[in-house]
Amino acid sequence: MSMRKTFTFVLMDPPFETSRISTAMRMMSCAAEQGHSLQVFAYEGSVFLALAQQKAHANLVHGHNEQEESHPLTKDWIAALQRETEKQGAHFEWINCGLCAAERGALDYIPGVKTGSPADLVRFTESSDNVVVIPTRG
Amino acid sequence: MAKTILNILATSYRATLEEQDDTVVWLTQAMRGNGAHANLLLRGSCVNYGMPDQHSQGLKIGTWQQKNPPDLVRDLKSLNDKGAKIYYVEEDAAHLGLEKTELLNFLHPVSETQLAKLFANYDYVWQW
Repeated sequence: MSMRKTFTFVLMDPPFETSRISTAMRMMSCAAEQGHSLQVFAYEGSVFLALAQQKAHANLVHGHNEQEESHPLTKDWIAALQRETEKQGAHFEWINCGLCAAERGALDYIPGVKTGSPADLVRFTESSDNVVVIPTRG
Repeated sequence: MAKTILNILATSYRATLEEQDDTVVWLTQAMRGNGAHANLLLRGSCVNYGMPDQHSQGLKIGTWQQKNPPDLVRDLKSLNDKGAKIYYVEEDAAHLGLEKTELLNFLHPVSETQLAKLFANYDYVWQW
């Protein structure tokens, strides 16, 4: 029996507002480094995580130019997970909820990220060894 | 004369790894830089921002490595250097097991019973 597993993560938070996305990404990173495959269903505000237009900036309060600030972008984290899983020979798939994306106008993503529907979440669930839901909290 | 503002910060480490700072500490600094008379009150778990030896180095996600992690102590020092008063709720520090002597020495303790008096000194009190 293969030690390689497939995990699905269901995310709901937008970038830059809570610690939940950082935590989810760290969990996914640990799984990817161990050769496991990842499937992500980005729901509600999480459709912004892969937005192609995200742009790093300088931070005058920190006294840093753009290069010194080296601001994290969640689209880069997703690309880094894509590279890590590819390096490990594992599978990586990221689906943004289409309705969530349309109502927000969040329609332009980095390469490899696709738009889908709850049918993809069902497909992910059926093909996973486990599913981790990290929802928004009010 | 500029209106006086007290920013109350009650949610700690909110996206600090992504933003590389606390966004309310940042906003308070930026407002002061633009002439506002804005101060900060740390309550709840945010009192932990006053612990001097913390760091957030080492975040790695896949092939990405963080180069410029958040430095909350640096940011509180910078805010203090800009003339802001930074308060913390004494009882919240006690709940966290933090002694006054452990915290950054420029922070001002305030008791829960003194909060209303503190708020009365401000035109605006904003809870974040």
